[in-house]
Amino acid sequence: MSERLSTRFAALKREGRAGLVAYIMASDPDHETCFEILKGLPAAGADVIELGFPFTDPMADGPSIQKAAQRALKAGGSLGKTLDLARRFRETDKDTPLVLMGYANPVEQMTHGVFAEEMAKAGADGVILVDLPPEEDGDLRAAFAPHGLSIIRLATPTTDDKRLTKVLEGASGFLYYVSVAGVTGAKSAKTDSVSSAMQRFKRATPLPVAVGFGVREPQAAAEIARLADAVVVGSAFVDEISAGAGPEAPGRVLHKVKLLSEAVRTARATEGMRA
Amino acid sequence: MDARRNWQDLPDAQGRFGKFGGRFVAETLMPLVLDLEREYRAAQADPAFAATMDDFWTHYVGRPSPLYFAERLTEHFGGAKIYFKRDELNHTGAHKINNCLGQVLLALRMGKTRIIAETGAGQHGVATATVCARLGLPCVVFMGATDVERQKPNVFRMKLLGAEVRPVTSGAATLKDAMNEALRDWVTNVHDTFYCIGTAAGPHPYPELVRDFQSIIGREARAQILEREGRLPDAVMACIGGGSNAIGLFHPFLDDEDVKLYGVEAAGHGIDERFEHSAAINGGRPGVLHGNRTYLLQNEDGQILEGHSISAGLDYPGVGPEHSYLADIGRAKYLAATDEEALAAFQLCAKLEGILPALEPSHALARVGDIAKEIGKDGLIIMNLCGRGDKDVFTVADALGVKL
Repeated sequence: MSERLSTRFAALKREGRAGLVAYIMASDPDHETCFEILKGLPAAGADVIELGFPFTDPMADGPSIQKAAQRALKAGGSLGKTLDLARRFRETDKDTPLVLMGYANPVEQMTHGVFAEEMAKAGADGVILVDLPPEEDGDLRAAFAPHGLSIIRLATPTTDDKRLTKVLEGASGFLYYVSVAGVTGAKSAKTDSVSSAMQRFKRATPLPVAVGFGVREPQAAAEIARLADAVVVGSAFVDEISAGAGPEAPGRVLHKVKLLSEAVRTARATEGMRA
Repeated sequence: MDARRNWQDLPDAQGRFGKFGGRFVAETLMPLVLDLEREYRAAQADPAFAATMDDFWTHYVGRPSPLYFAERLTEHFGGAKIYFKRDELNHTGAHKINNCLGQVLLALRMGKTRIIAETGAGQHGVATATVCARLGLPCVVFMGATDVERQKPNVFRMKLLGAEVRPVTSGAATLKDAMNEALRDWVTNVHDTFYCIGTAAGPHPYPELVRDFQSIIGREARAQILEREGRLPDAVMACIGGGSNAIGLFHPFLDDEDVKLYGVEAAGHGIDERFEHSAAINGGRPGVLHGNRTYLLQNEDGQILEGHSISAGLDYPGVGPEHSYLADIGRAKYLAATDEEALAAFQLCAKLEGILPALEPSHALARVGDIAKEIGKDGLIIMNLCGRGDKDVFTVADALGVKL
């Protein structure tokens, strides 16, 4: 698996805290503004970055990320442009893991082999393809293997133990727990259901587990951070861009990242104080 | 081509037709499609399921549909004898109900209590709403806001049948976005909801089960032509959007290697780099959308293009995966007809046969003369007249510049 991912999650473990996985959409609202946000993410407290690449038909995404994809496509966004942003980011930051996230078709059109090479050249660490379940990702796994790139798999509330075994076959980097049955940014999960899911995952795999979907506010993020290795936030950041794409957009997004990062960083300590 | 291929074996265990098909869905949906496959296998093995289908087909849908000799059209072209498989005479006016019936009965069997569907022109929506009304299940139909505006009579029909029509404003607000929205609903309501897909596409096992339910068309046609003419046809033809009527007609003839299979795609304003057409096979490339790998209209970056056809039922940027496979191995040939050619064929059929065909099969009608002439006078063709044209009267009037 990717060195950067394993190093980062090991460091989080040593620090005894959860990490923040911050999602933004590449080229949203345009390439340069997106790059401003991207390079500011580590200082604002993002421990891992998920850089979405746009697709016309994002059928697992709610309105926030659908609109982000449309803005990105309008600004000329593409998988190629996304890899370009990843490469420029890597010139500014050697340590923060960066994974791409999106849908299978743009990758398939680039071809899996070229995609793997471009990922490695750009210094990206892995990919999450929403509509590429384990049954269908054999070609991509073969293309990724020589480059040490990770395929991050998803578990969901519909994943029973038998299915979990299938999901974990060939998984690397971390396990992404989609904590609600639904689309991105909609409703949030109940902490007790996340807690019991986490116990199952920890029995089944040594991989770190990041929990996402529907996490928008610091308090919700803190609750997840007490249970999971990392918390994924996306729609809440993307909404800061849709609020207005002017020159103040990066500041607004990064401020929101900072708020959520502080909540995630201090979650376990404040739990101790409360107890 | 392997001469003795057992066509019934496709798709394979992974849901593939060669490299096409598969299960490209979000992980949340994977257990659901695997479950659907198990339940479908059980239903296939259950004579009671088939008996229920038969009963509805006979008494509710009105099957078998006639095989009709289109005598004047045959004379007009002066070639092979042209027969119409008249699925436009089904209850609700198209072949769509064959499939809806099968899927909704399957949903009941699985204990699902809510049906969702996508629709473009509204034909699949109407058929689903009809079956849900009859079987007493709530039905939500997702329809692009643009289509809701264009297809007001069908929207009202669905509402009369008790369905809820949800206008979809995301993306381009047409059929593919309605399908995205239906998938989003399904992923949110995994426990009680059954997604009734309108064509032989989507994640495995949908392309297979929709094909199987629609294969009643080809099985009847095959028996009817044998009885009528004492031999198999030289060719069978059908229009292709997603291609469920075509695969339903083709499939029972796949092993009959002397029977040529012709699909006709919508060439819209012409197949060129403007992409103002819906001819995924003739003008697209393989890619992944809506759960399967198939031919798609897309740009270099893999972004899906909207396409265009005068026929709302063909206006979809993809095609069922089995058609992609049949095209690649050469078992079926895929032709195309423009909006203008379909309009001319619509009028010709009305005047010579006294039948208003839907704009969808009008595309097949636009090529049937070419094939009839190519085969010649002793030949036989069966063309699937898969829908009636009442729904298209306003579109046709508009295209002909007539104010109603």
